[in-house]
Amino acid sequence: MSFFSRIHSLVIKEFQSLFSTKSGRMLLVMPVLIQTALFPFAATLEVKNASLAVYNEDHGRASVEMMQRFAASGAFTKIIPVWSAGEVEEAIGTRNALLAVHIPADFSRKIASSETSPVQVVLDGRRSNSSQIAFGYLQSVLEVYLKDRASAAGQTLPSEIITRNWFVPNLEYTHFILPSLVAIITTIGSLIVTALSVAREREQGTFEQLLVTPLTPEMIMIGKAVPAIVVGFFQATLILIAAVLVYDIPFRGHLVLLYGAMFFYSLALVGVGLFISSVSKTQQQAFLGAFVFMVPAILLSGYTAPVENMPVWLQHLTWFNPVRHFVEIVKGVFLKDASVGRVFSLVVPLLVIGLTNLSLAALMFRRKTS
Amino acid sequence: MRALCWKETLQIFRDPSSILIAFFMPMLMLFIFGYGINLDSSRLRIGLWSEDGGIEAVDFSAALARSKWLEVHIFGSRADMEQALVNSQIRGFVVLQQDFSRKLSQRGETAPVQMVADGSEPNIAQFVKSTVNGVWQTWQMHRGVDRGKEMKQEIELEPRYWFNSSAESRNFIIPGSITVIMTVIGALLTSLVVAREWERGTMEALLASPVTRTELLLCKILPYYGLGMISLMLCVAAAHWLLGVPFRGTLTGLWVVGTFFLLSVLGIGLAISTGMRNQFNAAQAALNAAFLPAVMLSGFIYEISSMPPFLRGVTRIIPARYFVSSMQTIFQAGTIWKLLWPDILMLMGTTVVFLGLTAKLTRRRME
Repeated sequence: MSFFSRIHSLVIKEFQSLFSTKSGRMLLVMPVLIQTALFPFAATLEVKNASLAVYNEDHGRASVEMMQRFAASGAFTKIIPVWSAGEVEEAIGTRNALLAVHIPADFSRKIASSETSPVQVVLDGRRSNSSQIAFGYLQSVLEVYLKDRASAAGQTLPSEIITRNWFVPNLEYTHFILPSLVAIITTIGSLIVTALSVAREREQGTFEQLLVTPLTPEMIMIGKAVPAIVVGFFQATLILIAAVLVYDIPFRGHLVLLYGAMFFYSLALVGVGLFISSVSKTQQQAFLGAFVFMVPAILLSGYTAPVENMPVWLQHLTWFNPVRHFVEIVKGVFLKDASVGRVFSLVVPLLVIGLTNLSLAALMFRRKTS
Repeated sequence: MRALCWKETLQIFRDPSSILIAFFMPMLMLFIFGYGINLDSSRLRIGLWSEDGGIEAVDFSAALARSKWLEVHIFGSRADMEQALVNSQIRGFVVLQQDFSRKLSQRGETAPVQMVADGSEPNIAQFVKSTVNGVWQTWQMHRGVDRGKEMKQEIELEPRYWFNSSAESRNFIIPGSITVIMTVIGALLTSLVVAREWERGTMEALLASPVTRTELLLCKILPYYGLGMISLMLCVAAAHWLLGVPFRGTLTGLWVVGTFFLLSVLGIGLAISTGMRNQFNAAQAALNAAFLPAVMLSGFIYEISSMPPFLRGVTRIIPARYFVSSMQTIFQAGTIWKLLWPDILMLMGTTVVFLGLTAKLTRRRME
């Protein structure tokens, strides 16, 4: 038998063990579909439907107008009028309101006497990120209101800031989430497939049988790698189709570039998976190993929080994290039409990670056979 | 019965993987959440392109460079700067056009400051926008003072934080992340270990012995409950003393809330393992049914009120949601029973539901 026909039959065998049971087939497709349907709606740092408590002690026109602007802004769907400082405390404490605005009794008088009129805004610090974002909304509504007041009074501002957002003009979170999901869901899929495949065979005793065949450890590794890469490509394609057709996100870059980089990413993952496989004796150990690798890799990929917010030493460590580079590649190609040079500079670390892990795994397997 | 419980306890402590899940993993995750998940931008890298050599433009550029929240980069050409934005080397840039200084000093004209932010990172784009805006406002105010005509804003919003006065995101992320950690311990550990017993048939052997089902369930739960509690206290201690998160609550509050949450997730883990009876499937199911919802739908990073109504409904059956909100209260506001009891009631409810489900599944298996 030639090299290729041996590998061919091995790959067929691997596919059979993946797809033979109904639960196996379900586990490859269902989580992808559910996650693609739910996560883009759940994983958002935008603030919507927030409640604003208003304690207005002033009844002048300016305060009423300002409140109307806040209410009309769309970020706050519920305005809770309160009548005392105690009620403000209650509304924030019980999480009924994210923010509370307190307009003092001398608000209108101060504006009339052209003094700066302060308005206190209470933010729920237990949810400091959301309340900060919501406070930003209030601030921009107020800016527009002040500008309108100035132009009504016949004044022009000496200067103004004109802001535009490139790539995602309205800062929609789905545009950020879906490309990242391509990277994250394929990680879970191909890593678990490779990490558990060897361990499962070892538990069932079929791995020893494989080792006594004329197949070399390298050939066995290729046999394990091909199905995992196919699974990864399949899951990634599912999400890409959903992103473009269902979520209506424009794909700006080149598909060839994306799939080319995806191949090297899958290779890096297969390397990690086979390495975990080569050092674990049982499925449980392999699963735990995969989990211990996956959780930090996903959380530190820049998906939940930007890499540049991390301490510098941790930013350097993320160089060894394949997920981080691939999240950057998918987002770059998908949203920003990243250049070949840029993608290449991100593929280099993937190649290093892949080759290192694959050779370590080969070494471990060789040691076991000899 | 006491002998059985003792055997269960010994079994856990002998198994290296349960010790790995219960002690090593919590510390690793706490550390990641503590250092890696930071939503407060430290220093934003932005580009600056000024076509105007006038004194006003130079002055404003200097104001940007002085800001401790910004790291300003100057590029050789505008195309280079735009490429840097595509390559994520900078997160936004500011452009001052040729006539900036001239327009600024002319009455009746408005001098524009153009700003472009990287929309592919929405959270950072917001921060870039508000930071540059802040610098620009202060600069304008100083400029007004220098010219003797004070530019006063008519209305000013004064933010005031309650419960977390420094407004550091880690102070709410770490208490929330303890929820994720406890879910992993409760659901993942029990589902794996108990599924292995079903796989090996030792569970059937126990069921055939004279112990009642309730006793058996209790003996499976108690050791893991103990392990979970130790782990919870360890996490809280590490969060407070190693990571410096203020803790304003009491141990009693922690114990009451922790008990009902742990019982709920143990219920989920036992139900999964009883239903699946196979390690590979149990592990996948625990990942999808317990771990991912605890990260995505518990409200610890992503605000529940911002989700669409359907998803908000789904979060109501997730015990992690109630534990996140009570942990944040206990850490940052203290043990205030008035705020905690609604969460505790819901956790009691989920405990009954999931343990009940386990009992039902076990009975079905025996028949």
